[in-house]
Amino acid sequence: MSKNRGRLLQGNEAIVQGALAAGCNFYAGYPITPSSEIMELMSVELPVRGDIFIQMEDEIASLGACIGASLAGSKAMTATSGPGFSLMQENLGYACIAEVPVVVVNVMRLGPSTGMPTNVAQGDVQQARWGTHGDHPAIVLCPATVAECFDVAVTAFNRAERFRTPVILLADEMVAHTREKVVLPGSDEIEVINRRRPTVPPEWYVPYKTDGSLIPRLADLGEGYRYHVTGLTHDERGFPTRRQDEAAPFYTRLFAKVSRQFSNLEMVKQFQLEDAELVIIAYGCVARAALAAVRLGRERGLKLGLLQLVSLWPFPRRAVSEALTGKSAALVAELNLGQIKREVLRVNNGRTTVLGLNKVDGTMITPEEILNRLRELK
Amino acid sequence: MTPQPNRSVVYDWLRHDKKFPNVWCPGCGLGILLGSLVRAFVQSGLSKDQVVLVSGIGCAGRLPVYVDVGSVHTTHGRALTFATGVKLAKQELTVVTVMGDGDAMAIGGNHLIHAARRNVDIVAIVVNNQTYGMTGGQYSPTTPLGSKATTAWYGTIEPTFDISALCATAGAVFVARTTVYHVDRMDKLLVQAVNKRGFSVVEVLSPCYTNFGRQNRLGSNVEMMKQFRVSGVPVDRWEKMSESERSGRFPIGVLVDRDLPTYLDSYRGACGTAAKWRAEGKI
Repeated sequence: MSKNRGRLLQGNEAIVQGALAAGCNFYAGYPITPSSEIMELMSVELPVRGDIFIQMEDEIASLGACIGASLAGSKAMTATSGPGFSLMQENLGYACIAEVPVVVVNVMRLGPSTGMPTNVAQGDVQQARWGTHGDHPAIVLCPATVAECFDVAVTAFNRAERFRTPVILLADEMVAHTREKVVLPGSDEIEVINRRRPTVPPEWYVPYKTDGSLIPRLADLGEGYRYHVTGLTHDERGFPTRRQDEAAPFYTRLFAKVSRQFSNLEMVKQFQLEDAELVIIAYGCVARAALAAVRLGRERGLKLGLLQLVSLWPFPRRAVSEALTGKSAALVAELNLGQIKREVLRVNNGRTTVLGLNKVDGTMITPEEILNRLRELK
Repeated sequence: MTPQPNRSVVYDWLRHDKKFPNVWCPGCGLGILLGSLVRAFVQSGLSKDQVVLVSGIGCAGRLPVYVDVGSVHTTHGRALTFATGVKLAKQELTVVTVMGDGDAMAIGGNHLIHAARRNVDIVAIVVNNQTYGMTGGQYSPTTPLGSKATTAWYGTIEPTFDISALCATAGAVFVARTTVYHVDRMDKLLVQAVNKRGFSVVEVLSPCYTNFGRQNRLGSNVEMMKQFRVSGVPVDRWEKMSESERSGRFPIGVLVDRDLPTYLDSYRGACGTAAKWRAEGKI
């Protein structure tokens, strides 16, 4: 689609374009700043295609409708921000345990509660990992540019479909509302992954039986594969169970289907890390400031490098570990009180000095603030 | 003894690989509803593959797992939201939700009124046993005022919701009430609801002997069932009754039956406009 090339797009709009390119054909949502443009654009685009858009009564209902649609074979997405994301936690857990592919966009604003609705923050990083109760897998992706919004939306759908699990696209207000010229890839340039559906006749279908991939095949409702879906702990047939010898393997598999793939799921970008003495670790909009800081710092003779995290969960521990090795210090810059620094410290394990640069006033971290914080090292 | 034809129909629609017996207590009405629902599907000419049953949490939420159709046991109060997604994504399916009174009226009350307003073509069965049965007899939005409950030792002080009246006001195109005692009537009402285009509600009064009846000294489970014969009054007779005769009773039968465009009827119209505008370059 050549007319899609070289367009001035907002991050939120690029997320919609990415989702549509990935095959999204169902959107249910509830308006909330700063994610509303996603919903507005979906309300324009999906009816053009004859696909489904619906505005629900709240965020709980939005994710519920998405899960129902996904079970019926659609590729479903919803988008929200902190307060709505909090409301979605219960159904997120449902999508985890029932293994339903769905994409949830959370455009982060300052919180908790209503907080500062129009201001940037990155305070939902740990919530995206652990927000719903119980041990569960989590795949969370975080774009830093408008172009990445598109790419990450495609990846989010691909991972949701491949792993049969909810995937969270964790954008921030700054990236979501930034307008940049982007060249979107054509449909022939992107890989689209769809869920594996059963190939056996219905009478042979065991809905939660898995092969080596640990990911069961998902039949669409109404296609002759009559089976049961529940949020209760269930056996391979999908029926509720309280047997210890069924519960433990089930929860272990649920966790392992994602965690054992962690190295394949790592998405990072490295900038001038080869000869860097100091490494900045950042994600989302802060990575933009960090990249500027690297350039400014190098002009001033500081050997800086940047590790931008795109996948936040599973935590890209191999890439972080490599980036920390041999460095005199690392600075984790983020718009919260240290949610990723906590993970970096865990991976660092005493190897090098890890500093944090944290800001929770609803504004950006500037390149100068990063450089000033690094100056404190000397 | 020759098996009754109805029984074999129900048997045919049960999941025999599900570990029976069921979770329900002796004297519960949910099994009666299950049989009635299956008969309604069969009488409507539906095959198992055309039906999806969606439920919430609680005793009523356990109903779909026993039926050999596509079944989705969702989160507490959210059955209608999942059902909305299923129906819109696969419009040829007959989507039926089964919820309890706490599920539909308390935690899911907002979804119920909006589903009724939106008029998505879904059947909502609300099983009203006037209590939270599965969690042990706490009071629900439909527990009669003054009743005892495990969270109202001194009697409930909250007025009750009238499920059918609420759904009628919220915009449901078909609203009916029955009790599990009135099985033949329930069969017919469910057939009507399944065949109605739009959001249809069937309120089914069902006894909870274990956690409501015993606490309130309402007699045995059989006596509770017999009470429905007295308290459930067909609508035509109800209309002729005086205020004093109506005391302690409620109307059963079809309460609302009207025709309005469904959500999908209107949505298809919007899709037509969208496609036209795109072709004209307006959007």
